[in-house]
Amino acid sequence: MIHRNRRRVRRDKTSAIVMMVMVIASFAFVAAMAVGLYLKAQPLLSDHSIWQLLTAREWKPSQNEFGFLPFVMSTLLVTAIALLLALPLSFFTAVYLTEYARTWVKKLVYPALDILASLPSVIYGVWGTLLIVPLISKHIAPHFVEFSSGYTLLASGLVLCVMVLPLMVSLFVELFSAVPNQLREASTAMGATPWQTTRRVVVRSSIPGMIAAVVLAVSKAMGETIAVLMVCGNMPQIPHSVFDACYPLPALLANNYGEMLSVPRYEAALMFSALILFVVVLLFNLISRIILNRVKAKD
Amino acid sequence: MKLKSKYVSEVLVRALMILSIVAVVAFVISILYIIFHKGIQSITWAMITQLPQGGFFISGEGGFLNAIVGSLYIVLAATVLGLLISVPIVVYLNIYLKKDSRLGYFCRLTFDVLYGIPSIVYGAFAFIIMIAVGMKPSLLAGIVVTTMLIIPIMVRSMDEVAREFPRRLLDVTYSMGATRWEAMRVVLRQIMPGLTTATLLSVGRAIGDTAAVMFTAGFSDFIPKTLGQQTATLPLSIFNLLTMPSAKVQEKAYAAALVLTIIVLIISLTGRYLSGRVSKNKI
Amino acid sequence: MAMKERTVKRTAQPLVVKNLNLSIGGTPILKNINLELPAHKITCIVGPSGCGKSTLLKTLNRLTDMTDDVHIEGSVLLGDQDIIKASGVELIELRRRIGLVPQQPTPLPMSIYDNVAYGRRIHKLSRAGRQMHKSVLRYLNAVGLVTEVKGKLHSSASRLSIGQQQRLCLARSLAVEPEYILADEATSALDPISSRTVEDLFVKLKEDYSIIMVTHTLSQAQRIADYVVFIYMGEVVETGTADQVFNHPQHELTQNYLKGIFS
Repeated sequence: MIHRNRRRVRRDKTSAIVMMVMVIASFAFVAAMAVGLYLKAQPLLSDHSIWQLLTAREWKPSQNEFGFLPFVMSTLLVTAIALLLALPLSFFTAVYLTEYARTWVKKLVYPALDILASLPSVIYGVWGTLLIVPLISKHIAPHFVEFSSGYTLLASGLVLCVMVLPLMVSLFVELFSAVPNQLREASTAMGATPWQTTRRVVVRSSIPGMIAAVVLAVSKAMGETIAVLMVCGNMPQIPHSVFDACYPLPALLANNYGEMLSVPRYEAALMFSALILFVVVLLFNLISRIILNRVKAKD
Repeated sequence: MKLKSKYVSEVLVRALMILSIVAVVAFVISILYIIFHKGIQSITWAMITQLPQGGFFISGEGGFLNAIVGSLYIVLAATVLGLLISVPIVVYLNIYLKKDSRLGYFCRLTFDVLYGIPSIVYGAFAFIIMIAVGMKPSLLAGIVVTTMLIIPIMVRSMDEVAREFPRRLLDVTYSMGATRWEAMRVVLRQIMPGLTTATLLSVGRAIGDTAAVMFTAGFSDFIPKTLGQQTATLPLSIFNLLTMPSAKVQEKAYAAALVLTIIVLIISLTGRYLSGRVSKNKI
Repeated sequence: MAMKERTVKRTAQPLVVKNLNLSIGGTPILKNINLELPAHKITCIVGPSGCGKSTLLKTLNRLTDMTDDVHIEGSVLLGDQDIIKASGVELIELRRRIGLVPQQPTPLPMSIYDNVAYGRRIHKLSRAGRQMHKSVLRYLNAVGLVTEVKGKLHSSASRLSIGQQQRLCLARSLAVEPEYILADEATSALDPISSRTVEDLFVKLKEDYSIIMVTHTLSQAQRIADYVVFIYMGEVVETGTADQVFNHPQHELTQNYLKGIFS
């Protein structure tokens, strides 16, 4: 009896140790990633300052010139366009779904969002190439500029916007549904219209969570690779209008991994771009998750 | 006057909302239309049953069976490995650790962050490791990087399921003198449907990922016979084929996109509707 | 090797609480508790809500382990074993000896049969098959469920009515052959009739088990208690036989509580 119980307890303790090691290994994994990328980027960082790298415009790997400004600017602009488009779309969609929609609308829209969320990035790329790019080059751009290939900042922003929509809508819906119904009733009972109630009660109490959701969407948009790579045009220049080609960091990384080993410093430069992505996304994620956890803990 | 503006803004806002909803639905329809329309026009039986013949990117002869099988190999192996690591972690977080444990909080945060890291960065990191240990692009390397990628997805979605298991049921089992290991078996049996859904969603996500395997799996016209051989994957093939100039080759890309879309939709929509957990799009 | 069905040797030892202090995250919940809980009696712990009576009950089963930031001092002795210091084999054995019936009926997510058999399986108290079947029926009988669930032993326990669920939970606790049964307001979620059924069960069970109940229904305590412990703000104010505490309370706080000045 005692013997049997010992075995039970031993199994319990052994499993606890094994599992704890796995949990600790996951912390170590993040650290290893940071250290690994840093060490590989180190040769470049040893003779250029980070500021220099981020602000230089010239990208000529064969001549040892590594200016990341075009890529950094492209990343920022693409992300900004995607978010500018996605924010109102997802906000109004989420408000409609939580505050206004009838059941049949929900039954239509939620599955649609599910499909958007499950589609792989490369499929968005195919869609962008076949629909968005020709649409821009033939129908939109001619109104504004003389010529545009369609493989542009705008195309990348649009594709990314659709890709971050499901994430943002579901985060917003979750935040809005967490607002207790009594508050809505109290406001409606005082004669507020649904929109007034939404704006002054529902949205106001969800603002920290909404900021976190946007930050999360930004970090997702920044790291998105294949779909953007397929529609962005891949020209290392600083885009001057939305009809110019651009070249975000993930695309840089994906396009050049094959040849990077042959040119000195090239590998370091690419790993530096991976490091930038890693650090920015890590920070953004940390911040927004901590805010979201706080918001959840309050409920 | 004030009263009137109140109703004007109400109408305006409603119009904006309906516009947004219409836009979202239109996006979905246009994506599906493009993929299915182009795909059905291009697809032939030979494409999904044959290996490429006479140069994958040039001739357009043969099919992309190599990529379908390569993707399945990678994802199946990564799913099994991923489950072996994720399930114990989720069990540890929810059963072995106390409620509101610090370690648990940091661990969850870590997986949130790992989940957010772009797959291209995973690819780059795996590439560094491959160089460090002298490994060449191969099926094995593809499996390893996909496993790294799938673990955070699995941990987060399974954790969400496990957290819904009522704590007081755990208390009851402990109060009878059960060990944590024994309590775990009660919990696992109960949340099995949720875990299945979580697994399916993760698989659906992993099978469509391109950026990570780009660095690691290489490419091959054949189905790999050993772990050391290079292998094609479906998403990467679509990407590569689409950038080829020949229209005949591009048709293969459309067909492959259709196949990938169908696989992914079946996997993830089954997953979502199995447990009625519709629209948890954070996963 | 034929394994005989194990019947656990029962002792009639009192449960002794000595200088027990408990705080959660620095906030003291229980302050210097000293009690002797007699065997084969029903002891009712009464007091206003939030006074720490549920926490005390959980401490007796060491369920406090499940909460973070708990700090415990003092000892709870069953015979020569200290529940507060127990770990490993000792702890799971002590938990077996001190069963707990929760406030909300909480059937485990399995069949009625498996609910009762669960504890006997993990502690290997009977072998699977006829032996297990017999003991499951015995404990279902002990709580008067055996005729009610006849024919649906293998259907899910959550299909039972709330009152039946609570009796099932009691049967499940009895099945691991404990000496003590802790009941945390075990009737508060039930309708008056099921509540009486469970109460009567406790009275019947005290021949074989020692029962410690937390309740905030004074009338219930008056009906069934042999001993009464009155707790206020984490401290024991008064203890004694039911007659003493209810009819001749010594302390002013107890008098006021009984008069219903606060609850």
